[in-house]
Amino acid sequence: MNEKREIVLPGELIGEKLGRKVGFGAYFEGERVFAKVLGIPRVEENEISVIPFAGVYIPRIGDKIIGIISSVEVSGWMVDINSPYAAFLPLSEGVREFVDTSRTDISGFFDAGDVIFCTVSKVTKNKTIQVSMRDIGNKKLYGGVIVKVSPNKIPRIIGRAGSMISIIKERTKCEVYTGRNGVVWLKGENKAKAIAAILTVEKESHTVGLTEKIEKLLSE
Amino acid sequence: MAKGEIKLMVNGKRLDGRLPEQLRDIEMKLGVVSRADGSAMVRFGNTIAVAAVYGPRELYPRYLQESRGGILRVRYNMAPFSVTDRKSPGPDRRSVEISKVIRLALEPVIFLGEFPKATIDVFVEILQADGSTRVTGINAASLALASAGIPMKDMVTACSVGKIGDTLILDLNGIEDNNSEADISFAFMPSKEKVTLFQMDGNLITEEIKRLLEVAKDACKKIYEMQKGVIREKYR
Repeated sequence: MNEKREIVLPGELIGEKLGRKVGFGAYFEGERVFAKVLGIPRVEENEISVIPFAGVYIPRIGDKIIGIISSVEVSGWMVDINSPYAAFLPLSEGVREFVDTSRTDISGFFDAGDVIFCTVSKVTKNKTIQVSMRDIGNKKLYGGVIVKVSPNKIPRIIGRAGSMISIIKERTKCEVYTGRNGVVWLKGENKAKAIAAILTVEKESHTVGLTEKIEKLLSE
Repeated sequence: MAKGEIKLMVNGKRLDGRLPEQLRDIEMKLGVVSRADGSAMVRFGNTIAVAAVYGPRELYPRYLQESRGGILRVRYNMAPFSVTDRKSPGPDRRSVEISKVIRLALEPVIFLGEFPKATIDVFVEILQADGSTRVTGINAASLALASAGIPMKDMVTACSVGKIGDTLILDLNGIEDNNSEADISFAFMPSKEKVTLFQMDGNLITEEIKRLLEVAKDACKKIYEMQKGVIREKYR
């Protein structure tokens, strides 16, 4: 059932640039574009990139991620975002109302160990990361369990237009949040089944016909 | 035992029956250390190296952090049981030097600028030593880095070349390593055709070095094909 796919190693030639954008996992020398990471090359009309098989999460602006508050500071929170870089959640980005920091203990809003669904709002060149709670849908996640998977497998877990994740949600009646940083948060009675499905997707993400397999697994 | 006392070449063949410019049998495996981000095992004859890669990850203590880019840390270590006389465990002068040599051989291919303030840690363990351990380690480390998804300009392949008597040889084993006239550790970026490590011990004349370079490049390209093969096999 395994289809034969092209795999590139770092340093292998993918194609000519021809005025196209060189995206993730690729670099160019003159007119020639090479792979930077091990993965599957994607040559499109206006972009050449490589989809990697492995790698850590490097934050990018606009990513919806799940973070865990690691400490409470004077005017904000440090957030562990499952990346080589820790993120900062400023008070103004975390709370809507006005807070007088000289009188209030801000651990009442978020405390160490709290899980938040947030957005990467700022990434500087030397990787100072800021996250925000201001976007629609961002919130504190109460209870539930966290599963960490490879960040590169998140698009597969979500599926095309959310197909895979909606199957999992529907069949297990679980509340599921997926963060781009490879953290998945689940809550519900059938969470064991949902976790099994997610881990199966992660392990067999490169195989064809995975959706049917997951449907079968969940209907057992 | 003086150099050259053992007869290393008999009837144009080496002690292990190889021709002068023949590699030992090579085995490669990926994912041997399951908790690492990437790992690989490479065997050149009786030499076995296991490499594990962790990261990019947070770097502490903080004074080691570089704002301009990440750093690469390499630890080369020989197991006490890897040689016939027990090697006393822990770092010594030799392994500190080889750690640095491996780091310098790998650094030019890695896009460290993408990971400011972070570190990539490479651990090279020699489980069984029979000559050419550093080049075996480099081959393993390069595979491990690729499977950890680290952005790289190219793979790195390495091999050793040398001279016994009047014969130029490829891929020295333990006895040859100890009794050769000269030996060179050589690491190479196979698709860019650039050299990242060239370390010589002994005496050679210019023509010999030129010839050995050609031999080493050809061998590295063969090793590169094997690296490609093992990765394609794993992710098929």
